[in-house]
Amino acid sequence: MIGKSVDVAIVGSGAGGGAVAEALAPLAAAGAKVLVLEKGPRFEDREFTGQELDMAPALYEDSGGFLTTDGTMTLAMGSAYGGSTVVYTGTSLTAPERVIRKWNVPDLTHEDVARRSAKYAAENDVHLLPPELLNENNRLFVEGCEKAGFHAEQFPINVKGCKGSSLCNLGCPNAAKRGTNRVQLPAAERAGVEVVTRARVDRIAEHVLDVTVLAKPPGAKGVRSEWPVGTYRVNARHVVLAAGSVGTPALLLRSGFGARLPRLGEGFTCHPAHILVAEHARAITNDVGHPKSFYVDRAEEEGFVLETCMYFPFTTAKNLSGFGEPHSRLMHAFPRLQMILVLACDAAIAGNRVAIDAAGKPVVHYRFTPAVRPRASSSRPAPSQCMRRRPTRRSSARRSAARSTPASTPATSSSGRRPSPLRT
Amino acid sequence: MPEAASLDEKGWAELAAIVEGAVADRPASLKRQLGLLVAALEWGPVVRFGRRFSALDEPRRVRFLAGVQDAPLLLLRRGFWGLRTLVFMGYYSRREAAKEIGYRADPRGWEARA
Repeated sequence: MIGKSVDVAIVGSGAGGGAVAEALAPLAAAGAKVLVLEKGPRFEDREFTGQELDMAPALYEDSGGFLTTDGTMTLAMGSAYGGSTVVYTGTSLTAPERVIRKWNVPDLTHEDVARRSAKYAAENDVHLLPPELLNENNRLFVEGCEKAGFHAEQFPINVKGCKGSSLCNLGCPNAAKRGTNRVQLPAAERAGVEVVTRARVDRIAEHVLDVTVLAKPPGAKGVRSEWPVGTYRVNARHVVLAAGSVGTPALLLRSGFGARLPRLGEGFTCHPAHILVAEHARAITNDVGHPKSFYVDRAEEEGFVLETCMYFPFTTAKNLSGFGEPHSRLMHAFPRLQMILVLACDAAIAGNRVAIDAAGKPVVHYRFTPAVRPRASSSRPAPSQCMRRRPTRRSSARRSAARSTPASTPATSSSGRRPSPLRT
Repeated sequence: MPEAASLDEKGWAELAAIVEGAVADRPASLKRQLGLLVAALEWGPVVRFGRRFSALDEPRRVRFLAGVQDAPLLLLRRGFWGLRTLVFMGYYSRREAAKEIGYRADPRGWEARA
């Protein structure tokens, strides 16, 4: 085992870890040793092909198919230099005051969050897309919302030079999305922060991290790790855990912190998502342009949020219900399809939790709270020619003429924050 | 998938390679479960229709699969969902399938539509 000593070790390089790395960059510039350990690989720009088959296994945990223990829901979690900021659609909202109040974190105020969010909004080029870059999938959503009595709002997004590839969830092929992989981490590295990819943190103890640097699998995307393959013991004066809402509690649990922190991993929640698909009589611009430009926030009043979305052939096929000829017919209507995502605001309950299996790998126990399905159903907008939705329980499927399967869902912390709009 | 019947040899090979690649990364226990599920789907119709799945006509296949899709047992529904996911992955991840359904996303974005 190779020994290393640093002043600060940061586990994870996504929205949390990347931002901390940049914040500590002045220390690194002044001579402190700051280290970021990222499990996923670092990619060259040319490797972002926008091809679903190439990119999903490269960028996501379990290729984007991380299943909850009962197999009823998948969680999409990015695993790369930049974490989930590489794979989300760039939507960059400031957490509302009501959310911060609900978190009830001592000394955390909305004013503080808003101030920090404004800093990152400026740093990461967050802005509203001009109308001429909005596709019909989004414009029709706004029109439909107006007719249905919903108020649609435009997402501020963090892009610069967006060409409208619509491939955000597969990693922007044009380097236009300003995630931590494009902004915070490069800035931190320029100041002397060391970022090591393919570095899996196996266990932590007080001021000690056991790390395995993994080899690049044959044929895989991404460059080799910055450190030689092997096992390392890193001594750190300070440790920052930012491995995500699933990765962080799992690391703490396999490190034995469960005895000291009996509620560790509990209260996991996310936004279970249904995809609604409408078929128009004519082709619309759906697979070109930014995919997620508008939303309807009914979280406070009705417990759901609507967002525009547009997915790729396999992801779409998987999330549409049924099989055989009806499914095939809808897939062949792809140029006429409009997609909306319904996110239900599920409450955090103790039974929904992150745990680890015998090998120390994370597992997520998750059951929808009773309130979720009625909320998702009530969010369903007036149908156009054909609407399909995907409830997750048999009883729901029988109630509706629509067929069902579980939708992929972005992993979130119990805070309700959404680091990775999945393939949601 | 009705279109799968018209896949040529190259298409089938591509589909099979995608599915095999996806399954190869999964734990051995999951592979065993998948094998059991496929066997159950093949022999299950004998109870209801007196024939194996592969010997059924299309309407009966559809009826049988619809029953599995909505089975009271979560394990069966979950298995069915996993299997259809693999099938769709194999079919729709192919570039030819994208063309066939009219999916036109391009890294060049709007420029590609000009």
